[in-house]
Amino acid sequence: MNQYTERIYNGLIKENPSMVMILGMCPTLATTTTVINGVGMGLSTTVVLVLANVVISLLRKVIPDEVRIPAFIVVIASLVTVVDFLMQGYFPALSQSLGVYIPLIVVNCIILGRAEAFASKNSVGLSFFDGLGMGLGFTFALAILGSIRELIGSGTWAGMQVMPKAYVPISIFVLQPGAFFALGCMIAVMTAIMSRKKKTKTAEQDCNPADCAGCASSAHCGKRIFEETAKAGLKEDGGDKA
Amino acid sequence: MNENIHVSSSPHIRSKVTTSSIMFLVIIALLPATIFGIYNFGIRALVHVFVTVAASVLTEYVFEKGMKRPITIKDGSAALTGLLLALNLPSTAPWWIGLIGGVFAILVVKQLFGGLGQNFMNPALGARCFLLISFTSIMTNFPQIGNSSATPLAALKAGEAVNTRDMLLGFTSGTIGETSAIALLIGAIILLWFGVIDIVIPGLYILTFVIFISLFGGHGFDPYFITAHLCGGGLMLGAWFMATDYVTSPITPKGKIIFGILLGILTGLFRLFGSAAEGVSYAIIIGNVIVPIIDKYTIPRAFGKKKEKKGGAKS
Repeated sequence: MNQYTERIYNGLIKENPSMVMILGMCPTLATTTTVINGVGMGLSTTVVLVLANVVISLLRKVIPDEVRIPAFIVVIASLVTVVDFLMQGYFPALSQSLGVYIPLIVVNCIILGRAEAFASKNSVGLSFFDGLGMGLGFTFALAILGSIRELIGSGTWAGMQVMPKAYVPISIFVLQPGAFFALGCMIAVMTAIMSRKKKTKTAEQDCNPADCAGCASSAHCGKRIFEETAKAGLKEDGGDKA
Repeated sequence: MNENIHVSSSPHIRSKVTTSSIMFLVIIALLPATIFGIYNFGIRALVHVFVTVAASVLTEYVFEKGMKRPITIKDGSAALTGLLLALNLPSTAPWWIGLIGGVFAILVVKQLFGGLGQNFMNPALGARCFLLISFTSIMTNFPQIGNSSATPLAALKAGEAVNTRDMLLGFTSGTIGETSAIALLIGAIILLWFGVIDIVIPGLYILTFVIFISLFGGHGFDPYFITAHLCGGGLMLGAWFMATDYVTSPITPKGKIIFGILLGILTGLFRLFGSAAEGVSYAIIIGNVIVPIIDKYTIPRAFGKKKEKKGGAKS
């Protein structure tokens, strides 16, 4: 697997922002009442994420380290404003139903997180694919969540009637508690699949030192930190506090 | 080795009371209300009780079998949850309401949090609120008893006169098990007699509620108004059978007092100032969620230990 497709796989499955890293929960829970809203939210975040990663990666040698967070925010906020206006112009209905959550993409921690953890340290090409992978992973999770909630909560999918007429929608699923139920189940399924996968691999294959040295995200990879603390004879939680 | 100096860790004294004997007693105590509910609402009520209990017990069995945990359906806790939930359903609801409610109560509220003793809210009430939010029109559509299909509380809220004698006996509209205050009180006396429940939580709950509605109800200390509020809705069922749930009520003596007062105030608030006529379920659920905090701050001082000084140096 070359490193570009590896970025996409990483964002979609391995470090899926919604289901593995549990980031960006506010839009995930709030906007997924229908599958269209979920996908709309996911795609607009993807656009911002890709552009922000590219711009920040381009500027990574210009931005002084001390003020990097405000600088990232300025870049992200400008891009969000552009996307917001574009959506108001071209998709007024979607823009209206997503409402305040479009401007709120500015404070989505996935975008700032990728800027800080990846784009500010890596080349433009890699950052582009990282943003794309993360954005698609986010869209993927939001689409599933939106589908579950819309199917159970209103008996439709993308506005089309799916369930038979006799079906009484369980309307709690389009309300706030339903978002938590559905997301909890998704995370549980995802964790079950991931842990089953891990069992088939040996520990060395999973992360060997040579790979870690060449790995682009080695600086913030949880596994490597765990390995090092294990070597030093520390427990995981003790290491975190230190 | 000499038998007399045998050393073991606590507990040294064991009671004969078991989980299943307590659950069995509570089910017995609920029988008067259940039987009256079936008499009052007919065969549909019996169907609801059957479906909901079966759904709860089956869900527990299937989940524990699937997760390879010890099967605990024999302790009666799942059957009790099912019965309590059935008593909280209107008899006009379709039969699958009880099925969904039973599965939700056991699967989501109880088993996902670790089974009996780990659930953070009363499973039956959690399921009732789930159903109430999901199927509002079904859950608030009550059968016609006498000449009115409105529950006494809804009539009271609308300013209509209610018959408090019928409410006390239970010949009114409402959910299957909540209408007869007398039947529920008989059950409460059974529980108190056998020491299954403590008077503190339900007593303070009802007392606080009476004070609250006397102060803010706009009728002063009016026996008619207060009797109507006491016998109407789920107050009796909730106070005696749900607020006293061991798992979801505080274990400290001070905590029990706080819990009872809190429930009384919340119920009064919801009934008088809320948009719906009833508020017992939500009050108890909110109380359940606050219980860990109450328990944390009301831990009694251990014998011989001095009170920690505020701001005292640790070293």
